[in-house]
Amino acid sequence: MRLPCPLCGERDRREFYYQGHATMLDRPARDAGIDAWDDYLHNRDNIAGEVEDLWHHEAGCGAWIKVTRNTVTHEVSGAKLVNGARK
Amino acid sequence: MRVAGKGLNAHGAPVTFTFDGTTFEGREGDTLAAALLANDVRLVGRSFKYHRPRGILTAGSEEPNALVTMGTDAAQDPNIRATTQEIYDGLAARSQNAWPSLNRDVMAVNDLLSPFLSAGFYYKTFMWPKSFWEKVYEPIIRRAAGLGALSGATNEDTYEKAFAHCDVLIIGAGPAGLMAALTAARSGADVILADEDSQMGGRLLAETYDVDGQAGADWAAGIVEDLRGMANVRLMTRTTVTGAYDQGTYGALELVNHHRTPNAAVPRECFWRIVAKRSILCAGALERPIAFPNNDRPGIMTAGAVRTYLNRWGVAPGKSVTVFANNDDAHRTAVDLVDAGVTVAGVIDSRADAPQFGDYPVFKSGLVIATKGRLCLESITVQHSGGTRDIRTDCLAMSGGWNPTVHLTCHMNGRPTWDDYILSFVPTDGSIPGMSVAGAASGVFSTHGCLESGIKIAREVVLELGLTAGDIDMPSADDSAYRIEPLWQVEGKGRKWLDFQNDVHVKDINLAAQENFRSVEHMKRYTTQGMATDQGKNSNVSALAVLADATGRGIPETGTTTFRPPYVPVSIGAMGAGAQGHGFAPERHMTSHHATLDRGAPMIEAGLWYRPSYFPKTGETTWLESCNREVNMVRNTVGICDVSTLGKIDIQGPDAAAFLDFVYCNTFLTLKENRVRYGLMLREDGYVMDDGTTARLGPNQYVMTTTTAAAGQVMKHLDWVSQALRPDLDVRFGSVTEQWAQFAVAGPKSRDLLNSILDQGIDGESWPFMACGDVQISGVAGRLFRISFSGEHAYEIAVPSRYGASLFRQLCAQAEAMGGGVYGMEALNVLRIEKGFITHSEIHGRVNAADIGFGRMVSQKKDCIGNTASQRPDVVGGEREQLVGLKPIDPKGKLTAGAHLFVDGADAVRVNDQGYVTSVCYSPTLGHDLALGFLLDGHNRHGETVQLVDHLRGVETVCEVCHPVFLDPDNTRAKETSNG
Repeated sequence: MRLPCPLCGERDRREFYYQGHATMLDRPARDAGIDAWDDYLHNRDNIAGEVEDLWHHEAGCGAWIKVTRNTVTHEVSGAKLVNGARK
Repeated sequence: MRVAGKGLNAHGAPVTFTFDGTTFEGREGDTLAAALLANDVRLVGRSFKYHRPRGILTAGSEEPNALVTMGTDAAQDPNIRATTQEIYDGLAARSQNAWPSLNRDVMAVNDLLSPFLSAGFYYKTFMWPKSFWEKVYEPIIRRAAGLGALSGATNEDTYEKAFAHCDVLIIGAGPAGLMAALTAARSGADVILADEDSQMGGRLLAETYDVDGQAGADWAAGIVEDLRGMANVRLMTRTTVTGAYDQGTYGALELVNHHRTPNAAVPRECFWRIVAKRSILCAGALERPIAFPNNDRPGIMTAGAVRTYLNRWGVAPGKSVTVFANNDDAHRTAVDLVDAGVTVAGVIDSRADAPQFGDYPVFKSGLVIATKGRLCLESITVQHSGGTRDIRTDCLAMSGGWNPTVHLTCHMNGRPTWDDYILSFVPTDGSIPGMSVAGAASGVFSTHGCLESGIKIAREVVLELGLTAGDIDMPSADDSAYRIEPLWQVEGKGRKWLDFQNDVHVKDINLAAQENFRSVEHMKRYTTQGMATDQGKNSNVSALAVLADATGRGIPETGTTTFRPPYVPVSIGAMGAGAQGHGFAPERHMTSHHATLDRGAPMIEAGLWYRPSYFPKTGETTWLESCNREVNMVRNTVGICDVSTLGKIDIQGPDAAAFLDFVYCNTFLTLKENRVRYGLMLREDGYVMDDGTTARLGPNQYVMTTTTAAAGQVMKHLDWVSQALRPDLDVRFGSVTEQWAQFAVAGPKSRDLLNSILDQGIDGESWPFMACGDVQISGVAGRLFRISFSGEHAYEIAVPSRYGASLFRQLCAQAEAMGGGVYGMEALNVLRIEKGFITHSEIHGRVNAADIGFGRMVSQKKDCIGNTASQRPDVVGGEREQLVGLKPIDPKGKLTAGAHLFVDGADAVRVNDQGYVTSVCYSPTLGHDLALGFLLDGHNRHGETVQLVDHLRGVETVCEVCHPVFLDPDNTRAKETSNG
């Protein structure tokens, strides 16, 4: 498996650490309430199809990236820096 | 026997080797199988379950029978296919699964018991008594059934792994692969051409066809030379592509030194990971046997293999050969044998309109209904349009047709498609993204078709890569039609073998169907059809056909089992190359490593780091004696400890303080320059991630320390927070763990010691507790931090790593001169438990700040990671297990880590569980055991007694619950300011 790091180009997946769904980018406000925080911290959909998930280029440039990936076909259709991805 | 003048290696030098202790001569270029057949050795192994005599079936990596063991002791290597192993001088191979010898194998009694050993017999027979399975049945079955054995010794061979990248990977170098490689290479693509054989050419090496007016093998050699001369082509022989993976990644096994005398300096195998923009599978096709009664006797081979031995190695596998087939292709075997002067006693063709291509008898509508010969084929019984007759023959070449080698196309869950014309499965388009299929692997069987398909597919591929396809002339070659009629099994008395390696025959498949294991995947598991080293390469399609027949379905509806990587067996040693023994994990050594070993300290692992456990002195017989001495030394004089393994992160920028405020739950904005503060780091769910101190070295520069265990995790976390959550903050940071060597100098005499080595002395007033700053040691710029993990008046001194070893020796020498010395992890642990300092034994991922008594550290004046979750109702209001100290009521009482806590007098059972112990030590300072642990509502239970119970070690001790700080609760020692 290979992932396209926006800074380093396509690299072997062994260079990356897998975090989980990109939901983690949408950190609720401090006072968003218990349900919003519960969803943010704990609740994830288990999608068969296109997902956006977070990887850390740990053995590379150190970038956190948001990867668009299909869990059925394993196709990787893109990756962005989380920094840019938030905007 | 050899046929004079035949074979590509007809002029090969003589090579001497042994098989089962007997010395034989072969020729350079022979496989072990070819050399054995040249010496008329037919019997090469005993079968897996019934110990039936077996010979060589094929001439390739799909071989199910001819498996041998090479090497002895640690180098013992079982299940080597004689059909791919090249011989070299001194090669020694042994047969497998036979005792006392191949000719007289006592376990052949299994064959007589076969009516009781049908498919599923384990499940039916060895049901009871239950305890007999592991102790009695399994060991017996394992000894009786099996392939080669491992030595049990550590493998000391060298293996290698490597990576390669290319535009086009071409898998297989037969006619299609060679043309595809030439086309892609001439178009300017970077090409890797991999073939599992030692010589490229595929079937062209085994046939007598001409290509472009030359012998096929010569033509292939010419193309290979052309390719070798091109800078954009890498030729990889003895390299089997074993698996297709995501995003154009392929696994490949190169047998680097199997074909030469073992040599420790040369890797035996190399496992490649090849990344290719596109790939073309040109893996050819595999011939399938026919299931007729007793079709497994040595001497019965696939028809293609018989002519491979003849044409490539000049070996006739028999003196009087018969052929049994349902297709035209097998007639080539008869034609080639006759041309070479070998007797062909008949071609038994199941078709009524069987052709006649040469001067040999053809039995139309013919079937082989019986065979004879105990250790080697002697005769066959043939039923044909003219009646029934026996034919004396010592070699029967059989062909049930050819199966395209579709395996790699199925590695990503693709399913092959049934093709009624060739009566086999062909790859389904798009099964592997980026992979195309050409030649026989795609169901095109004529030489002309293969060459043409190689060019055509390669042209498509290079165009897709944006290159201009080079001009390639189509070579002239044979274009005979592939004519075949279905023939899957022949009725008759005796077992009709399908999977030779697993001893599965037609009746087993029928039994599976009858017992309702009708799904092909169930049938496979019930019968073991298609398992082990050959993975059913010869037998799967025929077995499916039999199952289809037994269940009244068509073959396409029956479907195939799942082909998974690897295509051929891959040694774990090759896949894990470099990771054996010490290579399993890198070792991180501190700068004091050698000095520490010199002092005889046993090392313990802390993650990848190696740290000293304790430093034994003459006369000390237990670790505890050393540990107690080291603790007393720190409490009374001074001790030195290398703490370089703690993570150190340099954080700089105008927003560095704001960043720290966001990652730590307590406040850092107020931290002054040249001061250090303890920080508690939470996860977003409110649980504690790590703790450590952070020093402010300048207006915009901080250095954070992490625990040894969590250094990597914290770095990753800071990257996350900075990039994903707070990109607004102007801050940069990097790990400097390796750049600084840092030593704790702890004890009442620590300042005296430092003043003996610092260029400029320090005093208590200018260097109070939690001060930090720059210092000079013999002119070297270092850093000093007045922090304490022992509770004593203590410092940590840091110098660039290259000075670490010398500073350590200097510190130790000074400490010893002052009555102190160096201490290890055991003493460090006791010192911190006495002071109630936590480590990851306590912050183990399930405790929050409040649980460890730090609830008020979570500042509510600011947001931080974990702030909101720390206010969860169950954290704030719920009854939780909280950090407490424990001491035995009886000073001799034993405390153990991992023990659980119960109300005194309650049954020590799960429902009464009140908490658990995380850290224990014997405190030489207090004279009894101490423990830290978590107790339900523990903060409110100081003074109560609880029962500590360790069911594993049989310990029960009544303890008093107390504050976790056992020693100097006001911290007066660490805060010492006098200058005395």
